[in-house]
Amino acid sequence: MEIFGVPLPALMGQLMLGLVSGSFYAMLSLGLAVIFGMLNIINFAHGALYMAGAFLAWMGLTYWGISYWWSLLLVPLAVGLIGVVIERTMLQWLYKLDHLYGLLLTFGLALVIEGLFRYQYGVSGLPYAIPDELSGALNLGFMFLPKYRAWIIGVSLTVCLATWFIIEKTQLGAYLRAATENPQLTQAFGINVPLMVMLTYGFGVGLAGFAGVLAAPAFQVSPLMGSNLIIVVFAVVVIGGMGSILGSILTGLGLGVIEGLTKVFYAEASSTVVFIIMAIVLLLRPAGLFGKEK
Amino acid sequence: MAKPTEYLRVTGLHAFYGESHILHGMDFVVNRGECVSLLGRNGAGRTTTLRAILGLTGKRSGSVMMNGREIIGMPPHRIARLGIGYCPEERGIYASLSCEENLLLPPQVGSAGMSLDEIYAMFPNLAERRHSQGTRLSGGEQQMLAMARILRTGAKLLLLDEISEGLAPVIVQKLGQIIRQLKEKGFTILLVEQNFRFAAPLADRMYVVEHGQIAAEIHQHEIEEKREFLQEFLGV
Repeated sequence: MEIFGVPLPALMGQLMLGLVSGSFYAMLSLGLAVIFGMLNIINFAHGALYMAGAFLAWMGLTYWGISYWWSLLLVPLAVGLIGVVIERTMLQWLYKLDHLYGLLLTFGLALVIEGLFRYQYGVSGLPYAIPDELSGALNLGFMFLPKYRAWIIGVSLTVCLATWFIIEKTQLGAYLRAATENPQLTQAFGINVPLMVMLTYGFGVGLAGFAGVLAAPAFQVSPLMGSNLIIVVFAVVVIGGMGSILGSILTGLGLGVIEGLTKVFYAEASSTVVFIIMAIVLLLRPAGLFGKEK
Repeated sequence: MAKPTEYLRVTGLHAFYGESHILHGMDFVVNRGECVSLLGRNGAGRTTTLRAILGLTGKRSGSVMMNGREIIGMPPHRIARLGIGYCPEERGIYASLSCEENLLLPPQVGSAGMSLDEIYAMFPNLAERRHSQGTRLSGGEQQMLAMARILRTGAKLLLLDEISEGLAPVIVQKLGQIIRQLKEKGFTILLVEQNFRFAAPLADRMYVVEHGQIAAEIHQHEIEEKREFLQEFLGV
């Protein structure tokens, strides 16, 4: 069976791959959106912390025998803790300044973190085995679905939707939305906003660390994996609209799929298609697809 | 009458926004259960006084004693937790929260706050609009919401900033009734107003604020004889 002259299994395969990259875009841009909303900081260190997450998983397995499953739990906590330290020691002094300062600082941090791993491990990339439970593929009849890809899509969707639920439907989320909208007044109601800001940054980068662990078996663990991804993720955030939670999730997944399909139909454009869409969106809706005009 | 107990004492309070020096040594007292009004022209420093009590201005100096505790060095969220409810001039209704979420947002800061049922009985409009986005409410409803959400928390001291501003007379009247009910319930109220006619019947005492200082103190029984002075002073 063929669709537009492309065999169905090939099409479905690229669609799956698109959903996999879309899952990473969604998780990373979600963290960026939450951080930007609360801290007013464009977190350029996000890609580096995602990479650090993958490396921590690799180091855990290689040096201390920490399994993939434990890494999935422990690495986000560790990366979140690193985030808390970054927020307390550096970012908290920048909130009242222009966005540019936060961007420059986190960009510098990204270079430092990347440089450290590059110095230690080189750039060739290290392998990380897929855990036994998730290796192999499912035969769906019309295609073979590698279990690990299905796992990535399922887990990241669950995490994204859980985050959305917490922010939009719970009291904690109401605090978060209130503190994002009017931090001073929210603090005047007795809510410890500085603490929430710190934990939000920790949570956002913890999400990046989690994505890093998920990515480790899917891609090579390399010091450059973050900077390769982060540029696209920023485009996703711009397209979705800064600070919109559901917008980042949907845009992330959608653009992953569009990218995957572009690979099938016009492979030459697959690495630029996201930026073309970004340009069009910026022309037609400068605040992004889901953003609110200010 | 029993001797009044001091609830809030502000002494020599100076406050700044960046380089501009707004409060130049405010001195006043609010007793427990009292309704005290700060009157003055725009820019006299009344709003800044409330914000300075809560720690929302820039640099502050002087002393703010709340129920016998010095609070000038505390961060805003700890000050609020001592039992202060704040209704800001711009009302501060959150657009990203529904009416009911706005109402439920402020955490408990004291015991015996009003229950949701009591609040909806006092403000029936809010019950009807509970699922609307906070900023879709009318101006009057938003003002009711801004008042209602600090009554739930158990705060005993209410800082109300220009609550009658820009509202239709019938709503202003309703707000007056609510303030009276709150006084009966034993709340202590610091009312910042420009609308002298709204504040006069409600306030036990009034302070006139000018250039970031207290220019005069007027007791309820003196209001009639000083009405002319006040009206001239406030330029109404």
